[in-house]
Amino acid sequence: MSLTARVAPPRYLLGQALHAEWTKFRTVAGPSWLLAGAVTVTVAVGVAAASVARCSSAACGIDPASVSFTGIYLGQAAAAVAGVLAIGNEYSTGMIKLSLTAMPRRLTWFFAKATMLTGPMLIAATVAVLGSALAGRLILPGHGFTPAHGYTSLSAGADVRAAAGTILYLTLIALLSLGVAATVRDSAVAIGLVLGVLYLFPIAAAVVSSPALARHLQQIGPLPAGLDAQATIGVKSLPLTPWQGLGVVALWTVGALLLGALVLKFRDA
Amino acid sequence: MTTAAMTPHRPTGAAGQERFWRLVHAEWNKFRTVRGWVIAMIVAIGAIAVFVFAATSVSRSCGTPASSLSAARSGSTAVSVSTACPPPPAGPGGEPVQDDFYFAHQPLTGNGTITVQMTSLTGQVEVSQAPGGAPQLRPGMQPWSKAGIIIKQSLSQGSAYAAMMVTGTHGVRMQWDYQTDTPGLTGSVSATSPRWLRLVRDGSTITGYDSADGTHWTLVGSATVPGLTATVQAGLFAAAPGNPNTGATFTATGAFRHIALSWPGAGWTGTNVGGSGPNGVPLPGRLRQNAGTLAVTGSGDIAPLAGNLNVLSAQRALAGTFIGLIPLIVVGAMFITGEYRRGLIQVSLVASPRRGRLLAAKAVVLGMVSFVTGLIAATLAVAVGTHRFARTGIPVWPVPALTEARLVVGTAALLAVAAVLALAIGTILRRSALAVTTAIVLIFVPYLLATKQTPQAGPSAWVESLLRITPAAAFSVQQAVPQFSQVTAIYTPTGGYYPLAPWAGLAVECAWAAAALALAYYLLRRRDA
Repeated sequence: MSLTARVAPPRYLLGQALHAEWTKFRTVAGPSWLLAGAVTVTVAVGVAAASVARCSSAACGIDPASVSFTGIYLGQAAAAVAGVLAIGNEYSTGMIKLSLTAMPRRLTWFFAKATMLTGPMLIAATVAVLGSALAGRLILPGHGFTPAHGYTSLSAGADVRAAAGTILYLTLIALLSLGVAATVRDSAVAIGLVLGVLYLFPIAAAVVSSPALARHLQQIGPLPAGLDAQATIGVKSLPLTPWQGLGVVALWTVGALLLGALVLKFRDA
Repeated sequence: MTTAAMTPHRPTGAAGQERFWRLVHAEWNKFRTVRGWVIAMIVAIGAIAVFVFAATSVSRSCGTPASSLSAARSGSTAVSVSTACPPPPAGPGGEPVQDDFYFAHQPLTGNGTITVQMTSLTGQVEVSQAPGGAPQLRPGMQPWSKAGIIIKQSLSQGSAYAAMMVTGTHGVRMQWDYQTDTPGLTGSVSATSPRWLRLVRDGSTITGYDSADGTHWTLVGSATVPGLTATVQAGLFAAAPGNPNTGATFTATGAFRHIALSWPGAGWTGTNVGGSGPNGVPLPGRLRQNAGTLAVTGSGDIAPLAGNLNVLSAQRALAGTFIGLIPLIVVGAMFITGEYRRGLIQVSLVASPRRGRLLAAKAVVLGMVSFVTGLIAATLAVAVGTHRFARTGIPVWPVPALTEARLVVGTAALLAVAAVLALAIGTILRRSALAVTTAIVLIFVPYLLATKQTPQAGPSAWVESLLRITPAAAFSVQQAVPQFSQVTAIYTPTGGYYPLAPWAGLAVECAWAAAALALAYYLLRRRDA
């Protein structure tokens, strides 16, 4: 019997790990509340932004998609908390020792953790984005975003790309936060770092005097790059193309996850 | 009996005070012995001081004149051609000014009075044609297009003056020495509803009057213009600022009749003040005489050089405040959530059963440490920044010592109150990650939403209200250059212009912190630890 356990294939282990993480996820109230909160704030801010947006002329230059998805400014903070707490709670409660005893293959455990964050996050982000898009679609045409002003269809390819880009952005931010939390192992420090990385780049880009430096800051910061991914008009004048923007966010996420995996593997928990 | 029994547990007066300060001392010991928190304070100082180098990193190139507002559209607009920037003229207070207009003038020695009747103010805008074609002029008026009478020290840019004028949509105004603007008669000018303007020079005092009929005069303002010499230039002027959003160039034409001088006139000389250099008039003006009517056409503006990207000030040196906020908020929240996480809160509350007192001691220690941290950071940043401004090629707005002190102390207070706000939120939520997120989101998201640029438009009213009611309002304490309602320019928060007065903005943040502390106090007393 012990022999069976020793030769058990890794796939089985991963399945166990995933199942264990899923049990944690659904039996702890926190994560579900956080994701529900992420959806609520994203849609609420989107509704507020759409109801105050006005387009009075053909050249008003306001991007309806970025108005509808204004909620990600807040929604990404909730996604970041969800990502940070997925690991941070294990450390703050001491659960990490039990988890790693039960699942000594740390990277498998980490992978299961990331997967169990990605799935629910993708679902929550999709609900949030669809809710925001629906709100924009109902509200914006009444505020001057009409065919007469050049807003023909809200379901064109660019709009689908903006919606998909926003969903992926929110999920990537949650994973980025997971990686940072695994690296620094303290929820407060991790969330401070993540929100700093997110919010400081656009502010810094706005206050530096050199236009070239401002453009670079907009290219490398995950938030400005992610906003490029949801643009539907004036795409040519953006610092990055939408998919490049999402690529920058993905690079940040991969970097954070790699760092987190390395620290997890080679440091005592 | 109940009262008597409770007395020993609730010492008041001197004994209570002593216990409180002992508690403050205990909290201070907790703070200074946690290495991470001390490092966070040093990181905050370093971040704020080092960001000055990024904020002042370069070099504005001068493809367009400094006075052309088209370059000032938003933070991302790049000016492509790079030539050396000629410094803009400096006004009487040393502030950078725009001083280009058309001036029909003659010398005035000693005291004197000039009176005119204005029967119209019209304007034109330069519309660019298809590529290669010459620009065309169409009717067009700016709200602050202006024409009227002026007494000016000399024809050189930046010299002292006082003027009475009619404007595009703001009625009759008296303006002097670039920064001051006083309203007179309202309504627009026409042949059926003319405006009479009068300037009286008496030594270094110039007084302006207006009238609708030429007999009943009203005092508009009295300007003390220091440094006027015996002989000055007096006459008629016209100017029209450009549109800062589109970069379109405007001219204004004023029609003058019944010109009366109290001294023997010598005939009018027309001059484009500022010439046609990079700081000069966008379109040359002219003077036409026709049957008792003088028509003066001019372009440009007589105004302080304010608005986004037009000037730098000590405020820019403090741009790193945002970065410093993050470690302070993290430490502020952890100062209490750390106790909950490790169970230390139970020990703390046994040692100090009066829970409000514990919270107060924590707030005092955290506030003081953050304030000192902010003070060091802001002093360093302003000292380094002011030395680096010359490298940027952007004109520097001189900030009086008192304003500079307000910037430094205000920044320290902004940081300290934010840390205390985070402490209060941490006490309410008892979870580090949630508390840090709430505090950061409360300050950063309103600012980001308010500064999210929509092309062609400044912040709308609702967006502006975010900087009135959220803790982000506190950044107004860093505003160094006043917003001049009479100057056509773009004023946005990223350019350093906030909707609230400096201390009012800080008061809004204090109100948030006070409300959060009150709720924290209530919950701390009511809940089990």
